Amino acid sequence: MDVLLDGVLALCLPLLAWLVLRTESLSQAVVLFVAFGLLSALGWARLEAPDIALVESAVGTGLTGALLMHTLSWTEETPPDIRARGRRRPWALLAVAASTLMLGWAVLALPADSPGLGPLVEARREESGVKHPVTAVLLNFRGYDTLLEIAVLLVAALGARAVNPRSERPTPDAGDDPLTGELFRMMMPALLLVAGYLVWVGDHGPGGAFQAGAILAGGGVVALLTMRMGPPRLSSWQVRWALLTGPMLFIGVAVAPLFTGRRLLELPRPYAGTLIFVVELALTVTIAMVLLMFFPGTRPPRAGAEGEP
Amino acid sequence: MSPLDFLSAAFLFGGGAFCLAGTVGVLRFPDVYCRLHALTKVDNLGLGLVVVGLALQSGSWATALKLLLVWFFVLISSAFTCQLIARAALRGRGAAPWGGRREP
Amino acid sequence: MNPWAVYALSGVAMFSVGLVGLFSHQHVVKRILASNIAGSGVLIVLVALARRAPSGVPDPVPHALVLTGIVVSVSSTALGVALARRMARLRADAARASEPPPGSGGEGP
Repeated sequence: MDVLLDGVLALCLPLLAWLVLRTESLSQAVVLFVAFGLLSALGWARLEAPDIALVESAVGTGLTGALLMHTLSWTEETPPDIRARGRRRPWALLAVAASTLMLGWAVLALPADSPGLGPLVEARREESGVKHPVTAVLLNFRGYDTLLEIAVLLVAALGARAVNPRSERPTPDAGDDPLTGELFRMMMPALLLVAGYLVWVGDHGPGGAFQAGAILAGGGVVALLTMRMGPPRLSSWQVRWALLTGPMLFIGVAVAPLFTGRRLLELPRPYAGTLIFVVELALTVTIAMVLLMFFPGTRPPRAGAEGEP
Repeated sequence: MSPLDFLSAAFLFGGGAFCLAGTVGVLRFPDVYCRLHALTKVDNLGLGLVVVGLALQSGSWATALKLLLVWFFVLISSAFTCQLIARAALRGRGAAPWGGRREP
Repeated sequence: MNPWAVYALSGVAMFSVGLVGLFSHQHVVKRILASNIAGSGVLIVLVALARRAPSGVPDPVPHALVLTGIVVSVSSTALGVALARRMARLRADAARASEPPPGSGGEGP
């Protein structure tokens, strides 16, 4: 039964990927991409990686899908070049087939069982301050990666804003729709509860700052799309603080051990758990704000009806 | 198999059947409003039955409560998305609801 | 075949599909989708390889790397999308500038 599920999932994923790229309508391609992402979240769950399944479905699929859909309303939807397939040279197909076979062979040639770094992490997990191995790796053993990742996020958000400096900012307009407001008020506490739970549970189970930040950002995106909120302005000090608390706190925690004769990011053992929790809380705020900043406001309705099917 | 297993299997199969019916509805119904109806109502019922089936198997009250909370959150979010999509279809694109005539 | 090998091969196939899409499509959004798909393929290979542990508990280090990878791929997607938006606006401006003044107004109401 397991083999059947794994086999069908493993077959469906490349097939769906091919469909995404083959579909002529862009909006259909984005919808198929979201379906692809959700299926791959199922694949992550089957590979016993629940943290990744959560991040994939929240960030990789939910927010990316919304972002791409939103972009289609900004860029004019010219149909992609259908003749591109005809232009493909046979030697290109041959090269791709050869490289696929080579990669597949390389993967299969790897030893069938390798403990990797798992036992090492397991042996040192007591010292990390948290019980969940993935969180221990993310925020303690490989804290460098996460620190630099936050920097990448910040740079991407600033870059996205710099490229479109004077994007139209519609004024927030709650609209005349009582149902939307009521549903929004119902959704917000649930969002906060789930986000808080995810940060807290990251200590001993799958969860953490990225998942929680993505959920908060999702609420913000809904507020943006229903015009209850304008896109965050870089000039407001709240936005600046939200963007900077995570990195500043993380850098502070990383640098502080240097003054007591330890090394960079070497968290003192009795406080490691608390420090990680505080850093994760601050990172949640930053990640939510960065993800929200990726979204431009809704396009003013000057373009009228788009030729969407 | 204990009676509890049978009960939970019945719930799971029922949930699967409702989800299947909802998917058929999404694929076959004539306009966006009908499809939303199939997607939100039928699938939520299917998910609820699956959640009950799993909660019976979970063996602890905490896990069962978490599963029910998951269902509750999905209910809220699907009510919200359904309303937003329908509003966008009606106001943004002016899609007229299906009048009941047979598709050619 | 081991379950991890099934997923690893699937990841390789996804990478190839994404690579072909990246080179054969002209449209920006399609290219962004293709690079995302190729990235997902690589990440699946990584996590499938983490599954090989004989003890049955997967290796957490690749998991953390893949988490980082997904977030980085989202930020690169967002940057790509912002560039696409900029290109669309520049193209619209150029089209408006080359049009005769009475016909201005884009697609019209």
